[in-house]
Amino acid sequence: MSTSTRIALTPHLRRLESESIGIIREVAAEFRNPVMLYSIGKDSGVMLHLAMKAFHPSKPPFPLLHIDTRWKFRAMIEHRDAIAERYGVKLLVHTNPDGLARGINPISSGSQLHTQVMKTEALKQALDKWQFDAAFGGARRDEEKSRAKERVFSFRSAGHVWDPRNQRPELWNLYNTRISQGETIRVFPLSNWTELDIWQYTRAEQIPVVPLYFAAPRPVIERDGQLIMRDDERMPLKPGEREQERMVRFRSLGCYPLSAAIESSAATLDEIIAEMLASRTSERSGRLIDSDEAASMEKKKRDGYF
Amino acid sequence: MTATSDGALTRKALLRFLTCGSVDDGKSTLIGRLLYDTQLVLEDQLAALERDSAKHGTTGEDLDLALLVDGLQAEREQGITIDVAYRFFSTPRRAFIVADTPGHEQYTRNMATGASNSQAAVILIDARKGVLTQTRRHSYICALLGIKHVVLAVNKIDLVEFSGERFHRIVADYLGFAAPLKFASVTSIPLSARFGDNVIRRSEHTSWYDGPTLIEHLESIDVSEGLEEKALRFPVQWVNRPNLDFRGFSGTVASGVVRPGERVVVAASGRESTIQRIVTADGDLSEARAGDAVTLTLADEIDVARGDVLAHADERPEVVDQFAAEVLWMIEEPMLPGRSYLMRIGTQYVPARVTSLKHKTDVNTLEHMAAKTLALNEIGFCNLATATPVALDPYADNRATGAFVLIDRFTNATAGAGMISFGLRRATNIHRQALLVDKAARVRLNGHRPAVLWFTGLSGSGKSTIANVVERELHALGVHTYMLDGDNVRHGLNRDLGFTDADRVENIRRVGEVAKLFVDAGAVVLCSFISPFRAERRMVRELLAAEEFIEIFVDTPLEECQRRDPKGLYARALEGKIKNFTGIDSPYEAPQNAEIVLTASPLGPEEEARRVLEALRTRQIIGS
Repeated sequence: MSTSTRIALTPHLRRLESESIGIIREVAAEFRNPVMLYSIGKDSGVMLHLAMKAFHPSKPPFPLLHIDTRWKFRAMIEHRDAIAERYGVKLLVHTNPDGLARGINPISSGSQLHTQVMKTEALKQALDKWQFDAAFGGARRDEEKSRAKERVFSFRSAGHVWDPRNQRPELWNLYNTRISQGETIRVFPLSNWTELDIWQYTRAEQIPVVPLYFAAPRPVIERDGQLIMRDDERMPLKPGEREQERMVRFRSLGCYPLSAAIESSAATLDEIIAEMLASRTSERSGRLIDSDEAASMEKKKRDGYF
Repeated sequence: MTATSDGALTRKALLRFLTCGSVDDGKSTLIGRLLYDTQLVLEDQLAALERDSAKHGTTGEDLDLALLVDGLQAEREQGITIDVAYRFFSTPRRAFIVADTPGHEQYTRNMATGASNSQAAVILIDARKGVLTQTRRHSYICALLGIKHVVLAVNKIDLVEFSGERFHRIVADYLGFAAPLKFASVTSIPLSARFGDNVIRRSEHTSWYDGPTLIEHLESIDVSEGLEEKALRFPVQWVNRPNLDFRGFSGTVASGVVRPGERVVVAASGRESTIQRIVTADGDLSEARAGDAVTLTLADEIDVARGDVLAHADERPEVVDQFAAEVLWMIEEPMLPGRSYLMRIGTQYVPARVTSLKHKTDVNTLEHMAAKTLALNEIGFCNLATATPVALDPYADNRATGAFVLIDRFTNATAGAGMISFGLRRATNIHRQALLVDKAARVRLNGHRPAVLWFTGLSGSGKSTIANVVERELHALGVHTYMLDGDNVRHGLNRDLGFTDADRVENIRRVGEVAKLFVDAGAVVLCSFISPFRAERRMVRELLAAEEFIEIFVDTPLEECQRRDPKGLYARALEGKIKNFTGIDSPYEAPQNAEIVLTASPLGPEEEARRVLEALRTRQIIGS
């Protein structure tokens, strides 16, 4: 990691960093077989960076896991492989084979079914396959209402069930890491970070991010008021739709047909941060899966979504 | 966010505070107001809010700001907050994390959870109602959890015609009540969360009030907790050992400051060494301060493990196995003195039990009351004993080393939260008398090994009958035996105990201790007790060496026991003449890993006793 032109962390970011490192170490110390979910996005980037710092000079004593729906932006997959190489960490990739066989995809299956089968089910398969007892996720409490009540150590009973009424109270930093056979814990080291913190930390620590976060002229189509970048030929154009080049970037990355771009000229981290401070929409507004139905995030989480 | 430069945003120190109020005090509305007025409600969230207000709102045509924060579906439908929600907002001067906690008495645990990580509390009062029982409760819990700064938010001031007189009377009432709680500061503000008066915007209706608005005050609270000035405490979290040449101790400095070259001591063992390096991914540091996550290396190869606490040699924490603490109970199943729980303190887990419950505190009146158990959301002052000595400080001196949680050993639920008042020095002062004749010597003399044969099962299952036959056979083989059962214990040693859950636990604890003495004397002790709870059987098991405890589950079905009913007890229990009868209105938790399971044999107790003796030979308790 280059430290040449780094600017010092503010006390606020340093405090967040220390808290997250403490959480990550706790999992390494207490669990038999942890894994870090790596979704390639900016939050995952920060989380991985924190894990590298937490165990220095050792490597993180757990692998990364990417749930590949096969519909991620190509630039994301390139970034993922480059990062695993650069940090020298083990990367596991899992795709739901049943979903592939059934031809589930975000376009004709609909976002809800696609997310359920290719993300939620796939994640459960992977956790079972490798017998992981703890899984780190990059979710933040400021993202969405049901996330605001999420624990740092979120308990899942056998079968990966999240019962919001049956979560353990978390006092001080005395996390209860005890589980029985078959039970698992999802751990969210970035719980207390905001989107702005993530970007400011990314800038201060010079953490690499997928280039799609930066504005560039990109071919997009306009669909239901959202700008979608057609990353490959699998997404058919509807009558009347045509690709046009616009200056856009992404605030949040997922499956490309489900991730809307925003018009922006922010091409550097400084400009992204400046744009955020002036922004009047939340980052999840470009996530087409959240508006599926009322309280949809809570429902997804009960099903085992991260 | 208007006119906020990026640089300004990064300079402020974070404030974590909680809001406490009951259902109708307008707590969620106040937080919604803070988010809305600091313009953190974004366009898409506002659209969702408009939709939700129409569907679930309680404010008619207006936006219901409370819906911004009531996150879970059940809460929105019921219009109450069930769980602790964390909210984020910032102003040009400071970033805030708000713990939004429910105020009902049945949610005391949630409030304590929010308070445990907060530096200040906003206590809401409905201006129409004034200081209520709930206000006292909220204030007491805040004080118990160590909150120093309180903001008394006298809400709904619009509904009392913005009356200054009303406001001042409420404040006077409150200050009178809160004086013994010793908060460092109490600031009272008249406001209307619904209309925004004195939240962010100064109200034109309260000209008689010249204090700060809520946000001005929150921006100015001094949150430096003086942690760096306190004694060094470094709980070791993880041993960092990438190769044979590096052995570091990773953790977060809980308090104080540590520098290379300083002498440190491992609190529990008393071993000393010198700090060699403070290692981080960004290079070595010349010092690490409270809150810093670092890795320390020591000059000497001394034994250090996760759970140890490093301290400066001249400022050590207490190391005790008995201490007094306030305990808040957080699960449905009551806290039973004597039962073994897992205690988490710092980075360590250690078995612990409450040895005595001195009193419980009525959270509404603050009165002390005698009690035998603690129910969900009750708070009691207890003595606790740990299986091994632990390093700790009083909670008032150090939140990091003075707080603990208790975990149920079977369900793993977080069962209790504790704040240490002081260590009890008895453990270190009573040195055990070293004995010249020990257990090993007695085994040689006796020619057999000691053990506890613990017969458990329902009343009428045949425990005592089988145990009697086993003892007769052992005696015939020249084995020293002794029988402990309800008859010879309940009539003497445990005459003072009844059949409540708490008394059953104490009954078994005493029997366990007596059995242990007999084992020390070299005897095979036969214990025949219903002993319905797994936790207590485990407690006895843990008093003894692994091979010395043999659990014998007499697995006779309830129907069969009822049919036999040798003492007519089931009949009377079913008529309601005996309360708390195991199997009828009190549970029996069957063993999961008993050494011996006896299912009713058609050949009767002689055959079952033969199976027990066989097992004792296999285990080499007795010779073959």
